[in-house]
Amino acid sequence: MNKTWNNKAWFMVLPVLALVAFSAVIPLMTVVNYSVQDTFGNNVFFWAGTEWFQEILHSDRFWAAMGRNLAFSAIILCIEVSLGIFIALNMPRKGWGVPVCLVLMALPLLIPFNVVGTIWQVFGRIDIGLLGRTLAELGIAYNYVNNPVHAWVTIILMDVWHWTSLVVLLCYAGLVSIPDAYYQAAKIDGASRWAVFRYIQLPKMHRVLLIAILLRFMDSFMIYTEPFVLTGGGPGNTTTFMSIDLVKLAIGEFNLGEAAAMSIVYFLIILLMSWVFYTVMTNYGTEKR
Amino acid sequence: MAAGKNSAAARADGITMQRTEAAADAAGKAEAALGQTMLRRGTQSRFWWLVPTLYILFLMLPIYWLINMSFKTNTEILSTFSLWPQDPTLRNYRVIFTDPSWYSGYINSIIYVVMNTVISVSVALPAAYAFSRYRFLGDKHLFFWLLTNRMAPPAVFALPFFQLYSAFGLIDTHIAVALAHCLFNVPLAVWILEGFMSGVPKEIDETAYIDGYSFPRFFVKIFMPLIASGVGVAAFFAFMFSWVELLLARTLTTTAAKPIAATMTRTVSASGLDWGVLAAAGVLTIIPGALVIWFVRNYIAKGFALGRV
Repeated sequence: MNKTWNNKAWFMVLPVLALVAFSAVIPLMTVVNYSVQDTFGNNVFFWAGTEWFQEILHSDRFWAAMGRNLAFSAIILCIEVSLGIFIALNMPRKGWGVPVCLVLMALPLLIPFNVVGTIWQVFGRIDIGLLGRTLAELGIAYNYVNNPVHAWVTIILMDVWHWTSLVVLLCYAGLVSIPDAYYQAAKIDGASRWAVFRYIQLPKMHRVLLIAILLRFMDSFMIYTEPFVLTGGGPGNTTTFMSIDLVKLAIGEFNLGEAAAMSIVYFLIILLMSWVFYTVMTNYGTEKR
Repeated sequence: MAAGKNSAAARADGITMQRTEAAADAAGKAEAALGQTMLRRGTQSRFWWLVPTLYILFLMLPIYWLINMSFKTNTEILSTFSLWPQDPTLRNYRVIFTDPSWYSGYINSIIYVVMNTVISVSVALPAAYAFSRYRFLGDKHLFFWLLTNRMAPPAVFALPFFQLYSAFGLIDTHIAVALAHCLFNVPLAVWILEGFMSGVPKEIDETAYIDGYSFPRFFVKIFMPLIASGVGVAAFFAFMFSWVELLLARTLTTTAAKPIAATMTRTVSASGLDWGVLAAAGVLTIIPGALVIWFVRNYIAKGFALGRV
C-alpha cells in the first residue's frame, strides 16, 4: 500500500508513545542508572563506571545461566519446529476436523503460565501424578525434584506441550495458502512426497516458519514462570535460567548494581534478536504485497 | 516405511487415473478430481489422522489429570491412584467460591485484565491507523521500538516497576498492574491492528472523505465495522497475555490486588498441600481461554504472530 507522507499522524501515535514511555523508558532509565552506580546504603550513590558490567561478564554464575538458556532454547527449537511441521503436514484441510483440531491444539497456548507449571507439577509428581506414577510402575526411577536430568526432561516436555501448537498453527496457516494447482502440477510431474514437501510446501512455509522460530526463541529465552513454578530453579541451580537468576539477584538478594548490569546485557541480546525479527517481518511483508 | 509405500502407491494410482480420465475427455472434471486425489492421498498418507489424534491426546492428558484431581478429596489424591474420581466431590470448588482469599484473587485478576485490555486497545486504535495509512518522521523506528517492548523480558522490568509505582503510591492497586502490562500489550495491540487495517483498501477512506465524512465519524461509522474482527482479536490477545502473566502482577501487588496466579503459587509454597483446591483453582483459570477460543480459532495464528501471517 502506498502511504502518504503526513507528519500530523504523530498526534495519533502520541497516546501510545506516552503510555509506553511511562511503562518502558522510565523503568529502563532506572536500570541504566543502577548499572553504573554503587551505594553504601542510605540512598547515597556514586559513579561506578563499568565495574558492574565487568563483574557480570566475569562471573561464572551469569555465563552458566546464559548457557542453560541457550541450551534450552536450542533443544526446544529443534523439537518444536520439526514436530510442528510434521503435525501441520498431517492436519486435515477441510471438514469438521479443522476447527476441532485448531481449538484443541490452541488450548495449551491460552493457559496461564503458572498454571502450566502447576499442571506439570501435579502430572509429574511420583506420589500423585499420572506421569510420575506410570513411570514408577514401569520401574523407572523418575524424580524431577532431585534429579537434574529428569528436571530438564520435564521442563522441555512441558515447553513442547505448551508451545508446539504455536508452530503447528503458523505452519498450517502457511500450508493452506498453497493453491491446489501447485499440487496438480507436482502430480503431473510425478513428484515424490519428499519433493512436494521440499519444493512446494517448505518454500511456502518459509516466512511463517521464520516468524515461529524467532517467536519461540525469544519467548524461550525469557522463560520465567513455568520453570519457577515447576522446579523453582532447582535441584541446586541446574534449571536456573537467566530470568530466574535475575529476579533472585534483584529482589531476593537486592544486589541492584549487578542485577541492573545483567538486565542491560539481557536486554541488548533481546534488542538484537528483535531487530532480526523486525527485518524478517517487514521485508517479507513488502515482498509479498 | 508405511508412509513411503503409501505415497508410492498413491503416485502409481494417480498416474493410471490421469490416463483413464484424460481418455474420458472430461478435462475440467478430471483436473478437479486429480486435485482432490492429490490433496487426499499424494501429500497425506492414509493414516494422517493418527498424528493429530496422538498429538491432541498428548495435549489433553495433563489437563485431564488436573480436572480429575479437582474432583477428588485430598485423601483420595494422596492415598489411592485412580483414573477417575472414586468419590466425586465439589468440595474443592466450594472452598474457592466461599473463601475470600481465593475468589478475590479471581476478581482482582479480572479487574486489572479488563482495565488493561480497554487501555491497550483504545490507545492502539489511532496509532495502528497512523502506522497503516501514513508515513511520518521516524515511523519505522517507532514501530521497531514498540516491538522491542513486546519482546522485553518482564524480569528486567520487575524491580524498576516496583520502584516507579512505589514512588507514585500505586503499589497494590489494580491500575498499577494494568499499566505495567501495557508494556507488552500496547505494542501487541498496535501490531495486530496494523495487520488488520492494512488489509482494508485505502480507497475506502478516500471515498468516505469525498462523501463528506469527518474523520471521527468515518472512523467510528465506517472503519471500525470493517476491522471489527481485528479489534476482537487484539482485545482477546491483550486479555490473554495479561491473564497469563505472573511475574509483574506478583511483584506489584501484596494483598488488596493480589491476582489468582499469585494466590496459587503462595499456597503451594506455604501450607500448600491442599492439592484438590490447587487443581480446582487451576481448572478455573483455564476456563476464560477455553470459553472464547472458538470465536478466535481462525485468527489464533495471526494473533500470536503479531498480525503478520
